[in-house]
Amino acid sequence: MKIIVAIKQVPERDARIRIDASGKWIEESDLQFALNESDAYALEEALQLKEKHGGEVIVVSAGPERIGSTIREALAKGADRAICITCDDLATRDALGVAGLLAAAIRPENADLILTGLQSEDLGLGQTGVIVAELLGLPHATLILHVEKTGAGVTVKRELEEGWFQTIELPTPAVLTIQSGGNKLRYATLMGIKRAKTKEVRQLAASDLAVDSAPVVLLEQVTLPQKQKSTQIVSGTPKEAAAALVEKLKFEVRIL
Amino acid sequence: MSGVLVIVDQRAGRISRTSWEAVAAARHLGAQLGLPVSAAIVGADTGALATEMASRPIANVVRIEHPLLAPYSADGFTLALQQLIENERPTQVVFAHTYQVRDYAPALAARMGQVLIGDVIAIAEGPVFTRQLLQGRLNGTYRHTGSGPCFISVQAGAFRAETPDEPASQAPIKNFTPSIDPAQIRTRLGEPFRASSQTVDLGSAQLIVSVGRGIKDAENIPIVQELATALGAELAASRPICDNGWLPMERQVGSSGQTVSPKLYLAIGISGAIQHLVGMKGSQCVVAINKDPDAPIFEIADYGIVGDLFEVVPALTAAVKAAKG
Repeated sequence: MKIIVAIKQVPERDARIRIDASGKWIEESDLQFALNESDAYALEEALQLKEKHGGEVIVVSAGPERIGSTIREALAKGADRAICITCDDLATRDALGVAGLLAAAIRPENADLILTGLQSEDLGLGQTGVIVAELLGLPHATLILHVEKTGAGVTVKRELEEGWFQTIELPTPAVLTIQSGGNKLRYATLMGIKRAKTKEVRQLAASDLAVDSAPVVLLEQVTLPQKQKSTQIVSGTPKEAAAALVEKLKFEVRIL
Repeated sequence: MSGVLVIVDQRAGRISRTSWEAVAAARHLGAQLGLPVSAAIVGADTGALATEMASRPIANVVRIEHPLLAPYSADGFTLALQQLIENERPTQVVFAHTYQVRDYAPALAARMGQVLIGDVIAIAEGPVFTRQLLQGRLNGTYRHTGSGPCFISVQAGAFRAETPDEPASQAPIKNFTPSIDPAQIRTRLGEPFRASSQTVDLGSAQLIVSVGRGIKDAENIPIVQELATALGAELAASRPICDNGWLPMERQVGSSGQTVSPKLYLAIGISGAIQHLVGMKGSQCVVAINKDPDAPIFEIADYGIVGDLFEVVPALTAAVKAAKG
């Protein structure tokens, strides 16, 4: 099986977020970045399918130069090669503009499966995989926890709301967006990190891909959310705060 | 025709609550723009739902009916709605932001050269649409600049479903039969199933101690288990804890787990991403313990302790035990 995994580099989960001077995005200069979590699960699913059925796992990512570190991490975990689409305007492209870049890079590979995480932790659009499928003219399924290869395609386990699931059969080639939690994630081994250095990373410039970057929806401004409730912050040492909270649970909330 | 079209989902033969919220959002948008609002119901048998919808204050109801539209498939819904939208030419198309809509609406918008503005929590003059970024740490405001219809989906709970007044005059109902060929539906969907019998009913729990990523390791779970035991509370968790197998899936609270509304929800090391909040924001009292003062959980907490859970939680367990004697 030839499997492509589209991955995104996103700010680390615990990163302190500051709005930048333009008011349109966050200050990135002092941020640490990491592999988007559901993309890590997509990569894991691809690596396990390759271990079972053979084939090749190729990661593709778009973004500024810093994404190289995330691509190397994916190679160290076991991807065979990578396609790196360098573009500095990722933040001003809309979902169609980003999916267009990925689809243009993916199309010539003629892969059997294209996997990606169900949504990014920064923009949280949850659309990229579905639009890539649309642009490539392929069937898709979303929120997938498990993939089983069959004769003519794949059978997948899809998560529904409130603890329900559903099985879907798709012919391949197909696009799947992967939900977190379906597998246990692997760590890169020392050997993997060493090997990653010799693996092929094909560099593409966004400008080479002839994809329209003019957005049809614009992110105009980012702001800090307003509090919905006035929170009473209980302060003091841990012991003092705990004692004060118990008082409140007893006399204000009345559950003790 | 310029106007707002709202796409209504059914669940177990009824119009879903989230769809009523989408109708409210569409009416809000229609009032703001001075445009009529129509509702479309997609399925194989939409008669009863269309009649119910027609009693609400909307301009008209469209039944998009075809035998191939049940069960749901992304291919079928995308084809059917594309044909309707090209026919009716609405200027805005509104959905509820459900798993099903997330499965096909981005493809539908892309097929028409547009981009869905998903998971909208507010609509201001413009129209300007607000959605959350970075797991709820920021809000972003979006504007549609394309020349075709503007597609939006609204977050569950963001708009209040209207209770019907006296039945307004029945809105006209019309039928639309899309042309769909069986070969165009490329996926085969099985019946929904539950993974295991649910033995933990968090929905009826009065007190819940819930643990998130901040707990760092499976071996730290006993710290929160002890607090839950001292309080006589059920132990629950956010998704990553169950993904890692540190607690069973049936203890998960959130959009993919259980929805709870206890008297006390004590969130420990939970940042408060929207997927978690939708499962617990009906709690009467929310207490959050988190080391990050900017964590979104504090936006909905009644009481908060900003601090290291590994120090605060054992102290709280001791204080609860002492209070209970």
